[in-house]
Amino acid sequence: MKSILFNGPSKLLRGIGRRMIERIWRLGAGARLFFLTIIYSGESFRRFHLTLREVYFTGVMSLLIIIVSAFFVGMVLGLQGYNTLQKYGSSEAIGVLVALSLVRELGPVVTALLFAGRAGTAITAEIGLMKTTEQLSAMEMMAVNPIARVVAPRFWAGVISMPILAALFSMVGVLGGYLVAVPLIGVDQGAFWSQMQASVDVREDIINGVIKSVVFGVACTMIALFEGFDAPPTAEGVSHATTRTVVISSLTVLALDFVLTSFMITV
Amino acid sequence: MDRTTIDLWVGIFVALGVAALLGLAMKVGNLTSNKIGDTYSVSAAFENIGGLKPNAPVKSAGVVVGRVADISFDAKSYEAVVTIRIDERYAFPKDTFANIYTAGLLGEQYIGLEAGGEEDVLKNGDKITQTQDAVVLEKMISQFLYNKASETDSKADAGGAKSDAKASGEKSGGAKSTELGDAPF
Repeated sequence: MKSILFNGPSKLLRGIGRRMIERIWRLGAGARLFFLTIIYSGESFRRFHLTLREVYFTGVMSLLIIIVSAFFVGMVLGLQGYNTLQKYGSSEAIGVLVALSLVRELGPVVTALLFAGRAGTAITAEIGLMKTTEQLSAMEMMAVNPIARVVAPRFWAGVISMPILAALFSMVGVLGGYLVAVPLIGVDQGAFWSQMQASVDVREDIINGVIKSVVFGVACTMIALFEGFDAPPTAEGVSHATTRTVVISSLTVLALDFVLTSFMITV
Repeated sequence: MDRTTIDLWVGIFVALGVAALLGLAMKVGNLTSNKIGDTYSVSAAFENIGGLKPNAPVKSAGVVVGRVADISFDAKSYEAVVTIRIDERYAFPKDTFANIYTAGLLGEQYIGLEAGGEEDVLKNGDKITQTQDAVVLEKMISQFLYNKASETDSKADAGGAKSDAKASGEKSGGAKSTELGDAPF
């Protein structure tokens, strides 16, 4: 009886402790991979077409999903914003609402979430499968550094693609909001743009949004790369790693967004 | 996939990104509308600036002619010293009047300049002497309530002193109009 009472909680505590230690170990291993990637970046820049190739696969191939979802997000913002703003008789402010929420928050964050689902999973699965089929070991045998050849180009491709995708998301979203507000609802076109321009600051809002998306690009790509690099070399291991990429990237992006916003907004 | 095709697509992708950023800066942001060329700065002291913020617009006749550069507190006179930058194209007389207004009922606050009649114009570093403070809503409301209260008091007094209801009504009506004339708004 005593042993059950004692063993139950102690097993639980041991389990929590083991998980914590594993998480911290993974964080350290991820940081090590990050530094190695930075160190070997120079080597990969000498063959820049590798990075361009990855920009094609992570960035260009994500264009469609980003543009379509941005359009719908902008249109929904227009409808919802109008619905609330007209109660206060200020439906012209709809342009401000759409632009600020897209440029400051939704552009970088939703792009990062979509990017984690569209490109992050692909990176993890690809690298995980390379490891499973021992392609990475084969490279090392041939004295080719897999971090310089495989990891660094994908990393820089993600970091380059994310701000471009986020800027496109914001711009297309604003156009979607415009389409709902001006032709559909009948808000005055001049008021829509002029109020927007009066309240959106280039440095405070647009540049900060770009900074956010660069940070998210580093975080999302690095998580995807590490999960792929760390995946157990089995079919199950790769599938788990892919799932973890999406979960961890999404949570990291949302948490980082709070931290960055609290730095950018001076209360 | 062919390397040149990939290069082409990546080029299109980057060009789209740059175009989107430029579009955001030009069409959505204030890069084009916020442009003020060379400026000269003038200071003005206010007893109360309300919710005036740095970078708030300075308008004359409704046109933006400058921006608020800096707001500081003068510990000797206990006044707020507002430094404003005015576009060099616009010269204002020395006796220009600076008011703090509110755009709309709850909108942001801005400085309105009303030109005076003097020949000399304001130069860099000059001080605007004639200012009017921001209207504080609480002060206005308390003043209004105070006036209302004194009005009902006078009405009650009039009713008690005279038995004729019609005469008291006339009297209080007269009192009301003078009080409204005295009211600061």
